[in-house]
Amino acid sequence: MYPASFDYFQAENVEQASRLLREYGEEARVIAGGQSLIPFMKYRLALPKYLVDIRGIPGLSFIDKKDGCVRIGALTVHREIEESDLIRSQLPIMRDAAPLIGDPQVRNLGTLGGALCHADPAGDWGPVVLALEGRLKCVGANGERELEAKDFFVDAYSTRLQPDEVLTEVVLPVPGAKSGGAYLKLARRTGDFAMASVAVQLTLDEAGVCQHIGIGAGAAGRTPLRVPDAEGVVRGEKISATVLKEAARRLSQAADPIPDLRGSGEYKREILKALLQRAAQIAASRCKERR
Amino acid sequence: MPDRKRVEIKINGESYSAEVEPRLLLVDFLRGIARLTGTHVGCDSSNCGACTVMMDGVTVKSCTLFAVQANGREILTIEGVAKDGDLHPIQQSFRDHHALQCGYCTPGMVLSALFLLSKKPNPTEREVRLGVSGNLCRCTGYQNIVDAILAAAKRGGQVGRRPT
Repeated sequence: MYPASFDYFQAENVEQASRLLREYGEEARVIAGGQSLIPFMKYRLALPKYLVDIRGIPGLSFIDKKDGCVRIGALTVHREIEESDLIRSQLPIMRDAAPLIGDPQVRNLGTLGGALCHADPAGDWGPVVLALEGRLKCVGANGERELEAKDFFVDAYSTRLQPDEVLTEVVLPVPGAKSGGAYLKLARRTGDFAMASVAVQLTLDEAGVCQHIGIGAGAAGRTPLRVPDAEGVVRGEKISATVLKEAARRLSQAADPIPDLRGSGEYKREILKALLQRAAQIAASRCKERR
Repeated sequence: MPDRKRVEIKINGESYSAEVEPRLLLVDFLRGIARLTGTHVGCDSSNCGACTVMMDGVTVKSCTLFAVQANGREILTIEGVAKDGDLHPIQQSFRDHHALQCGYCTPGMVLSALFLLSKKPNPTEREVRLGVSGNLCRCTGYQNIVDAILAAAKRGGQVGRRPT
């Protein structure tokens, strides 16, 4: 099964990639690991006439910590996140999500940046990056800018990236010592996309009152969903079944899942409610572990 | 018609060079140009793992990678796993445990097992199952495949070593 013909360029640096993207405009696509794009091209869901391969650009695959943030290069593959000691200690919520993406082969090639730019509504990194209040560093002809994750996703498979922009880095503020996070996903089978998924990162004070919470949901609408309405219910409260039930209700109100072979909208709403309550409990228990 | 690109790929230690259309998939470079037909095409849509090979030491699905992306890289296919007619310990274990029926998924399974054991020399059964979760066996002979990989791991030593 072959994709339609295209011309292929290997960019040596971000500037060159951006220049090629500007030259070929809407007919060009960036390819990194290609684990979403190539299947899309085979099915003719994407028909780029020009592919700009950024995988060989040096310096875009790294995980480090600076100024209270974990920074992950856009070309970092899922497996590296899965195996990273820094991620395990600083952002365990990402350690939850990484092994749930695709299968080992996909995780060996697929990249964090590629997955975010592909913007699959049922993708795993979207909800996690939203819950962590991450920022996305984009480089284009007009220089560099940082977008907040909540502003990045526009529609299914569509982001705020300009045609000549390349996502280069994801910046994730490291939550404090009394913070815990969890990502839960329900899938029909190992490696499948989510029927629904929820990411929760919360911070409790000494009395167990929630000081801060980020909630991200996957397969909950046409984009990964940040849910301020549900966060507001939990903030300032102790984690209890009653509080979480109300947060779950708000999430299901905010969600507008796309009905598909993985479930009806109504069913996915019910899954989201259950996952939010469970993920928040796990996140809260992890706060205690870290104290 | 887009420009053809010159690619050079080292496969099982030997260099292969050709001018190819950018849309040529790695699996078709392996099978059609290098004439190494041990790597199979199953679903051709990144689901079944029959086309699994190693690129620079990690497993990839060669149906979901363009040959141009593999330019300058090193590929290991099933043909490079046995050495001098001696089965690799993982292959021997597959044989001993009757871990293949029709054999179609086997090359991919062996490569995935090799990668798993290179990362986790003593995997649990669950880790083995997750390690081959990207490989489908339509004979559903999973139990023997899992047994074979666990047994290969128990032999210890350099089972996860890649053939050099």
